[in-house]
Amino acid sequence: MSSVANFPTRLEKLVGSDRVRASESALQEFAVAGRAPMAVLKPRSAQEVAEIVSFVAAEKLAMVACGSRTKLELGMPPRRYDLALDMTDLRQIAHYDPGDLTVSVDAGMPLNELAKALAEKNQFLPLAVPCSAKSTVGGAIASGIDSTLRQQYGTARDYLIGAEFVDGTGKQCKSGGRVVKNVTGYDLHKLLIGSLGTLGVITRLNFRTFPLPESRNAHLATFPTAEAALSFHVSLRKSGLPFSNLELFDTGFSTLLAGYLNKLGGNSPESLAWRGWRVFAAFESSAAVMDRILCELQQRSAEARAERGATLDRQGSQQISEALREAFDWLRRAVPSVALLRIVLPQFAARDAMEFQLGEKQSPVRSAFVLRACNVAYLALLAETGDASTNAVLERSVSELFTRVEAKKGGATLLHAPPWLKDRINVWGAKRRDFPLMQRVKQAFDPHNIFAPGRFVGGI
Amino acid sequence: MPACRVDYYSGYAARDYRRPLMDPALIRELKSLLGPENVLSQKEDLLLYEFDGSVEKARPEVVVFPHTTEDVSRIVKLAANYQVPVVGRGAGTGLSGGALARGGGVMIVFARMNRILELDLENRRAVVQPGVVNLDITRAVEHAGLYFAPDPSSQKSCTIGGNVAENSGGPHTLAYGLTTNHVAALELVLPDGEIVRVGSRHGDASGYDLCGLFVGSEGTLALVTEITVKLSRRAESVKTLLAIFDAVGDASRTVVEMTAGGITPAACEMLDGWTLRAVEDYIHAGFPRDSAAVLLIEVEGLREAAESQAAAVADICNANHAREVRTARDERERELLWKGRRNAFGALGRLAPSNYVLDGVIPRSKLPEALERIHETGKKFGFQIGNIFHAGDGNLHPIVLYDPRDTEQFKRAIAAAEEIIRMCVALGGALTGEHGVGMEKNELMPLLFSDADFDLMRRIHDAFNPDSSLNPGKIFPLSKGCGEIRIRKSGHAAGFRP
Repeated sequence: MSSVANFPTRLEKLVGSDRVRASESALQEFAVAGRAPMAVLKPRSAQEVAEIVSFVAAEKLAMVACGSRTKLELGMPPRRYDLALDMTDLRQIAHYDPGDLTVSVDAGMPLNELAKALAEKNQFLPLAVPCSAKSTVGGAIASGIDSTLRQQYGTARDYLIGAEFVDGTGKQCKSGGRVVKNVTGYDLHKLLIGSLGTLGVITRLNFRTFPLPESRNAHLATFPTAEAALSFHVSLRKSGLPFSNLELFDTGFSTLLAGYLNKLGGNSPESLAWRGWRVFAAFESSAAVMDRILCELQQRSAEARAERGATLDRQGSQQISEALREAFDWLRRAVPSVALLRIVLPQFAARDAMEFQLGEKQSPVRSAFVLRACNVAYLALLAETGDASTNAVLERSVSELFTRVEAKKGGATLLHAPPWLKDRINVWGAKRRDFPLMQRVKQAFDPHNIFAPGRFVGGI
Repeated sequence: MPACRVDYYSGYAARDYRRPLMDPALIRELKSLLGPENVLSQKEDLLLYEFDGSVEKARPEVVVFPHTTEDVSRIVKLAANYQVPVVGRGAGTGLSGGALARGGGVMIVFARMNRILELDLENRRAVVQPGVVNLDITRAVEHAGLYFAPDPSSQKSCTIGGNVAENSGGPHTLAYGLTTNHVAALELVLPDGEIVRVGSRHGDASGYDLCGLFVGSEGTLALVTEITVKLSRRAESVKTLLAIFDAVGDASRTVVEMTAGGITPAACEMLDGWTLRAVEDYIHAGFPRDSAAVLLIEVEGLREAAESQAAAVADICNANHAREVRTARDERERELLWKGRRNAFGALGRLAPSNYVLDGVIPRSKLPEALERIHETGKKFGFQIGNIFHAGDGNLHPIVLYDPRDTEQFKRAIAAAEEIIRMCVALGGALTGEHGVGMEKNELMPLLFSDADFDLMRRIHDAFNPDSSLNPGKIFPLSKGCGEIRIRKSGHAAGFRP
C-alpha cells in the first residue's frame, strides 16, 4: 500500500513538480460531492496518463479523470478518491480530414475550440451539450449527457467512430478507427459513452463531422392543455419533417426559461410569459426546404388549436436553442435546492407529463417539466427553502417519481440533487437485470477498480 | 505498426479451437431434447453447412434447429457438459466465415426461430427472432410507411441474427448507419446457458451500452435469440441518379467532391467499367457498356430537399466530366438500377468458377489513390480486379476472380487480397467495413491493433466466453506471425479437422 503522507512527492517524481498540485484550494476545485482528492495531476500526454494510471493501479489508489468539471456531480459520489487527473492540457486536434468529414481530437479539447476549427471548414459536431462554453470533448462523452440535436443527428454513439484510452492496467488502448464505416474488432468505444470515467481515461476521440446547415430556424407554439401540446408534438414527430429539436414544456419550465433569457440580457419571446404548454420546434436546412417546413408548422399548429404559434426570428431561434441546450445547467442553479431528474418512458402520454408535475399551491416544491423528442424528459423539482419539512417533501417527491417511472417500465436518473438528498437516494434508480454483465465489463476494463469507484450504476 | 510478440499469441491459439472429436452421446441427447427432425448429423447433411458466402470452409459435427430461446439455452448447456464448441448461424450468407464451425462441434441454425413477435408501429419498434429474413421486417411494416434501414445486398435471404452478429451494412449505411444504429435491445444466451436481456426498447438504458458491445461481436460473446429493432420512416421523395463517366478517376473525384461539399446522399455506389459490363450482360439494367465507371447515387428527404440535392449532385458530376447524368423516371427504372447493383456479384459468378469479394475501408478523401493502387495490385498478381462498392463511405469491395482448383492461382488471389487490405490500413482505413473479421482477417488484426488492444479485447471476450466455447477461432489472431490472410492447403479446404 502507498504511504499517503509522501504521496504528492512520489507523484512529482513521476510527472514533474509543475504538474502536481496539492494545495487545499486546488483540491477543493476538484472535489466531487464534497470529497476532495489528495493531489491533482495535469498530464501532458497520453503516455503520461498511462504512467500515472500504472502508478495508481500498483498503489491500489482511486482516481477520477476530469475535463472542465462542469458535470462532475453526475452519478454517486466516489467511494474512494485519491487522485484527480486534470486532462485539459491534452487539447490538440490530432487529425482533421475535412474531405472525409472526420476529426480526431484530444479528450481535453474544449468543445467550443473544436467548433471554431470545424466551422472554418464549414463543418460541425452535433454534440450540443450543456456548459458548452467550458465543456471538453472527453467530458461530454464520458458524462453521456444529452445533445439537443439528437432528434436529427442521433446520440454520440451514432457519430463517435473511434477512441483511444488508458485502461485500468495502465495500457494505452484503442477501439474503432478514423473511418465512417468500420466493423473491425469489438466496439469498445461505445462503452465509454456515459461511463463517467469508470472504464478508462479517454485520451482521444474520433468523430464523424457534419456540414453546417445553410440556415437554422425555429417555431414556438402555445397550447392551453398538455393533451393539445402533446398531440402537436407527436404529429410533428410523425410528420417526416426534419426537425433538429422538438421540445415540449410546461409553464414552470417556461417561466424559468424566460427568467434565464432575461438574465442573459436577451429578449425572451412574449409568449414565454403566458400560462400554457409550449412546443418548440427547431429545424435546419436549405432555403428551399425552409419555406415548406414553416408553412406546414403554421398549418399544423392551427389544426392543433394552438393559442399562439409563431416563427421565431433568427436571433430568437438561436437564443432559445442555446437556452434549451444549457437547461441542465440553469435548472440546477435556479433555486437553492433543486432535484433534477432525467426520465425515459417507452411512450409519453399527456397524463404522464401532468402526473410528474407538482401542484404549485399546496406544495413548497415547484416543478418544471420538459419533454424532448425520443421520449426523454427532464423534471426539475425546485424548493426555495431548505427547511426540514420542505426537504421531506422534496425527498418524498423524488422517491415517488422513481416508483412511478418504474411502474411505467421506464427509467429515471437523478442528475442533480442537494448533497443530503444524494446521500439518501440511489441516483441511478433500481438495478437493471443486466447489471451483472456490466460488472463483467467493468472488471475487464478496470480489474483493480481504480477508476471512480462507486460513481456508476449499481455502485460500479 | 505494432510489433507482434510470439509469446502472446501462442497461449491463446493453444486453447482455442482444437478439440477432441465429439462424443456420439451428445448427438443422442440433442435428438432427445429437440426431436430427431431438428438435428442433423449425417455427413451428407452437414456438407451444406460447411460453407458460407466466404472463401472459407469448416464442417460442424452436428447441426441443430432450435424453436425457442429455452431450446438454445439447453443446447448450449448440453454442449458445455461435453466441452464441445457452439456456433450460431443465420442464412449463411456472411462473407468472413463468421458462421462456420471452425472448431467443429454444434452449429445452431436459427432458421426455425423466424417469427416477428411484435410490431409497435406507434413507437417504430419491431421485436423479432434471429431467423427473420432482413427484408421480411420491411415487408411487415411498409404498409405504415416504415422500413428497416440496414440493407445488405443479401437482404432477401440474410437474417437479422446474422446482421446483428456481424453489424452488417449495405448501400444506405451512408446516410443511416450500420445495424448497430438500428438495434434497441437484445435477448442473449450466454455460453453457460444463462438467458439475459440488454438494452431497452426505447433505446435509452442507463449503464454501459451493452447493446453496442454485443452487436458486431461476431457471435463470440453470446448467441442472440431476440432483437428489438428500430424502424425508420420512408422518405417523402427519392431521386436515383446514374452518372456515367469515361474515366474512373473522374468518378472517384466526384465522390470526394460530393463528400467535401457536404452532400450526404442516402447511397452512393460505384461500379467500374469491367464490372458494369458483366452486370449489364446479365441484368440489362441500362448501364452503358462502353463507360469506364458509373455512380449510382440516391438522394432522399422532403421533395424540395431531394430535388435541390439531386441538382447539386448532377452539377458536381458534370463538373467532373460525367458523360451523362440520368435520373430514374419512375420506381421501375429505379428498381432496375438497384437490381443491377444488388445482383452484381451473381453476374460476376458467370465469369469465373469463384470470386473473392474483399471488404476494406479508406478515408473517402483517398478514394482516387486507392482505386489506382488496386489496379496496380491486379496487374502485379495477374488479375483483372473489379470494383463495385459503397463509394460514399469509402467501403471498397474489390473482387478477385479465380479458379479454386488452381492452387497457385488461389494463392495469388489471397496475396493480392492481402496487399489491398494492407493498402487500406496504410491509407488510414480499416480491415473491414461491413463483412466482419471472422476467420478471414483475424490474422491481419495486428495491422491495426496492439498487444494492449488485444489484451483488453481478450479480457472482454473472456468475461463472457471464458472457455472460447462460443464461435472459437474468430476475430483474434491465432498464428505467431504478424498479419497474413491464412492460406489453406488447397483452394477448397479450410477445415481444420478431417
